[in-house]
Amino acid sequence: MEIRIENLSYIYGQGTAYEKKALDNISLTIHGGEFIGIIGHTGSGKSTLIQHLNGLNKATSGAIYVDGKNICEEGYSMRDLRFQVGLVFQYPEYQIFETTVLKDVCFGPKNQGLYSEDAEKQAREAMRMVGLDESYEQKSPFDLSGGQKRRVAIAGILAMKPKMLVLDEPTAGLDPKGRDEILGVLRDLHRKQEITVVLVSHSMDDVADYADRIIVLDKGKILYDDVPEKVFTHVKELEEVGLAAPQVTYIMKALRQEGWDVKDTVTTLPEARDQILKELGAGAAFAGRSQDGLTGGKADD
Amino acid sequence: MLKDITLGQYYPGNSIIHRLDPRVKLMGTMVFIVSLFAFGSVSAYLLATLAIAVVVTTSKIPLKYILKGLKPVFVLMLITVLFNLFLTPGRTVWKFWKLSITAEGIRFAIHMAVRLTYLIIGSSILTFTTTPNSLTDGLETGLGFLNVFHVPVHEIAMMMSIALRFIPILMDETDKIMRAQEARGADFHSGGLIRRVKAMVPLLVPLFVSAFRRANDLALAMESRGYHGGAGRTKMKPLVYRRRDVAAYIAMAVYLILMILLKFFVKIPVNIL
Repeated sequence: MEIRIENLSYIYGQGTAYEKKALDNISLTIHGGEFIGIIGHTGSGKSTLIQHLNGLNKATSGAIYVDGKNICEEGYSMRDLRFQVGLVFQYPEYQIFETTVLKDVCFGPKNQGLYSEDAEKQAREAMRMVGLDESYEQKSPFDLSGGQKRRVAIAGILAMKPKMLVLDEPTAGLDPKGRDEILGVLRDLHRKQEITVVLVSHSMDDVADYADRIIVLDKGKILYDDVPEKVFTHVKELEEVGLAAPQVTYIMKALRQEGWDVKDTVTTLPEARDQILKELGAGAAFAGRSQDGLTGGKADD
Repeated sequence: MLKDITLGQYYPGNSIIHRLDPRVKLMGTMVFIVSLFAFGSVSAYLLATLAIAVVVTTSKIPLKYILKGLKPVFVLMLITVLFNLFLTPGRTVWKFWKLSITAEGIRFAIHMAVRLTYLIIGSSILTFTTTPNSLTDGLETGLGFLNVFHVPVHEIAMMMSIALRFIPILMDETDKIMRAQEARGADFHSGGLIRRVKAMVPLLVPLFVSAFRRANDLALAMESRGYHGGAGRTKMKPLVYRRRDVAAYIAMAVYLILMILLKFFVKIPVNIL
């Protein structure tokens, strides 16, 4: 599926003392099969923007086309759209309400109008995708750990079989292990199920490692919309809007300043390792290993 | 949706009314409300209208915003007015089946409508111009004398300010959870009564869970900062009466005196019927 946004603006609390322009003339296209990272400082409009993708926010002006149809028009079925574009909110575990994990994951598919058995089948599939086995099915979601709860919540969205998955800071508040697990799940979904993924984050390292296109938002406007290598060449501009390049980019820049002949547009760890090893003259010996183990963003897409 | 309710929300500003001592505003609101019910004549209502017009103008809150606050209580007002209209015994003016409208009923209904409207406008000006914190501060200091009778004034004020502080937070939370469940295909806006009540479960359970979580966090945070109740606690911004507060008290007194004078000396003959 393809979502095309044209000149989208959104104003919060229009006509009150709290009026605030959250999005200012945004235009972009999300193609099927992409893995997009949206980054921006707190209050840059990231969350507001993604809630337009499934029609939870109604544009103040501008238009949004999903597969060519304008969703702002009368008669467009928002509910169908919501099943196609799965939106995982920030701290999604706070939306869990059922007595067992399976029941909670079933909530979405049941709203789609599926019978219990089909809903449960889809729910089980979704639970497998996020790495939750049968033993979790009858547990109370409130007894699980934070990372597990979050997986339950993400499974709740996946169970609706969306074509596009949009996640708002899915790694916020998780430890490094939980973070890697969630992002690993997303990468698998993107590669194996060919789901379009839109990942909102303010962690440069997450976005640089996983996304193949990065959109930088600042004060409701698009600052950059490009591949990670290009976006992170603007280190100074990014820092000015309260962001930063991935840590590894800084290291490579410093190495280059010290006189090493490495590219300073590197954004992922494996790439950096290859560069450094090549420079050290040991590149050939290790190049083979990078293919199967620690592969970078798009190396084997 | 929830953000449309303006009643009881603070409207930021820097007018004289905003800067008045909360005790003055509390007292003023009380005087105004009492005057509405104690003096029920056309001339008294005119004076009240004048007073409210002056306050609204100086507070610089758009009239539209204030009137918007009346919306949620409109139904309640309508019911009150209708009850008064039909159920007051007296001289019948109009009769339809078992319902009859009496002259007294019409008079009561008009009185009720005016009083309720002004009551809501009057008290919403208080909340529009006073932050919840300074409001409870005003209550705590203003009712401090009750301590003598072993009324836990500080604790009540603290509970009130926490409750008020949590209204916007819980409203935001409600909005967020609603959106999150709508993203899963939940439908809060259609279906019959039973279906709608059932649809509230996915909203209310997370909301309760989060309210308890927040309460727990807050209690811990307060204790870790050494909170132990009101005894010996000082304020960062102690309430001090300034000249404008004295002026406001005088204005209140003048208003009351005028009301009393109107009651005894001015009689506008009203013969609607």
